[in-house]
Amino acid sequence: MKRKTGESYCLGIESTADDFSVGISTFSGKILANIIDVYIPPKGGIHPREAARHHAGVASSVLEKAFKKAGIKPADLSILAFSQGPGLGPCLRTGATVARALASYLGIHLVGVNHCVAHIEIGKLETGTEDPVTLYVSGGNTIVSAFDSGRYRVFGETLDIAIGNCLDVFAREAGLHQRVGEPFGAVVERFAANGKKLISLPYTVKGMDMSFSGLLTAAINLFKKGEHKLEDLCYSLQETVFSMVTEVTERALAHTEKKEVLLTGGVAANKRLQSMIKAIAEEHDAEFSVIPREFAVDNGAMIAWTGILAYKHGVVTPIEESFVKSRWRLEEVEVPWVK
Amino acid sequence: MGEMKQPLLIKKGAEASLYLASWHGRKVIMKKRLPKKYRLSKLDEQIKTYRTIHEPQLIHEAKKAGVPTPTIFLVNVKDATIIMEFIEGRQVKQLLNKASKSERQILCLRIGELIGRLHRYGIIHGDLTTSNMILSSEGKIFFVDFGLGEKSKELEARGVDLHLMKRALQSTHFRFVEECFNAVIEGYSKVLGSETGKNVLDKIREIERRGRYIAERKAD
Repeated sequence: MKRKTGESYCLGIESTADDFSVGISTFSGKILANIIDVYIPPKGGIHPREAARHHAGVASSVLEKAFKKAGIKPADLSILAFSQGPGLGPCLRTGATVARALASYLGIHLVGVNHCVAHIEIGKLETGTEDPVTLYVSGGNTIVSAFDSGRYRVFGETLDIAIGNCLDVFAREAGLHQRVGEPFGAVVERFAANGKKLISLPYTVKGMDMSFSGLLTAAINLFKKGEHKLEDLCYSLQETVFSMVTEVTERALAHTEKKEVLLTGGVAANKRLQSMIKAIAEEHDAEFSVIPREFAVDNGAMIAWTGILAYKHGVVTPIEESFVKSRWRLEEVEVPWVK
Repeated sequence: MGEMKQPLLIKKGAEASLYLASWHGRKVIMKKRLPKKYRLSKLDEQIKTYRTIHEPQLIHEAKKAGVPTPTIFLVNVKDATIIMEFIEGRQVKQLLNKASKSERQILCLRIGELIGRLHRYGIIHGDLTTSNMILSSEGKIFFVDFGLGEKSKELEARGVDLHLMKRALQSTHFRFVEECFNAVIEGYSKVLGSETGKNVLDKIREIERRGRYIAERKAD
């Protein structure tokens, strides 16, 4: 238990969906711990209440592991950050309850962090990008954003379900089997690798926004008809959804004329998506970065780091304002630390 | 393709490149959809062909609806190229943030009227942003870039179209979203009637609530 004198620490709690995670960062941006505990439903998708129960069950052990990994004691913390939204209500409330209890006990400031802002900030920290167009693709989000005048503006997003959700539901409906620890998106990617035939699926780009629900239904219906190889369906599904999101990202890049593209979120791990985004970055003389998986998925480190950025700019969240905001939009958040 | 002199790249968009060129003594825009390396060539071909055929059709139909659009001179599906009239003027995108409040009002009101005319005629623009509207030197507002457009009179399609307009205002003209969008709806309702205007507004709200994270939507 060594502690460098003068160093300040922030602990971040992330619990927006199926991950419960605790990260610890120094005020200068060194990530000391990032412990993630994923809720795996026995079958089907994430039930918010079940996931929240999981989070409550693992909270103390995840906290303990994080302190141990970072080599600091709770009393060493200067502030405590938590993901205040957006996300699943019951899951968010569990994390917020843990955060409030710990902050009150330690007598330190609480900082409520927007989950989407945190994904962008940890991406910038880990990849060294400064002012990127960010494509954030996960099970719950599909957002193309870039900074302008004090906020991260949303240039394009899904009009209905997220890309990760689309891939997950298809994989489940098609009865694809996961290997241990393998996310559904990765299963689709594995099957797609052996696909060859492009099957026509609805390609729905409306302005800068996208729609995936009709495409998902079409893919499921084609699967049920049984006329196509599953590998070809996975291949076509991937090619179509990734082409859509790449088209929108390219348009944001052309519109903003930024010189960096950052790919983040759980779906960022997909190699095919990486190659597509890399291609448009090159086309527009922009630098392409993809964040390491540990920081691409929902994690506490990103909350801790964003909490520090906000706190340094005078943002604190009094207990009475620490209620969760399950529909908190990215562009509602002022980010005074970005110039 | 005929006589084409010195094409000059003026805009490398995400979807197509625009060249300013001289064609049979006229100043024209050559819009060329370039192959996208990131897409499979079969998918790329399908999308390019579809858009190259549909865009000129919609641009032409929009004129019948009473909306100024560039005149189409030539379409080459094989090359995914459209040659059209060059509109002398400035993008509304460049003007709106600098305009006075009353100028903004008038511009947005007229934009709303033009969207109303398109919708009344059954045309959905599909990409209503202020970069796709040009205020010509004669003072007319031209709509361009119908590449993502479609034919529809459905409330859903109209709602999404206007929702996109609002989203464009939010990302590019965020200081004036309310006043601009209200003026757009006012102009729109002048053409389609206040009842349709109201129905479309309700639909836009519904679309927004369907979105992922909207404060208005009740928490879980």
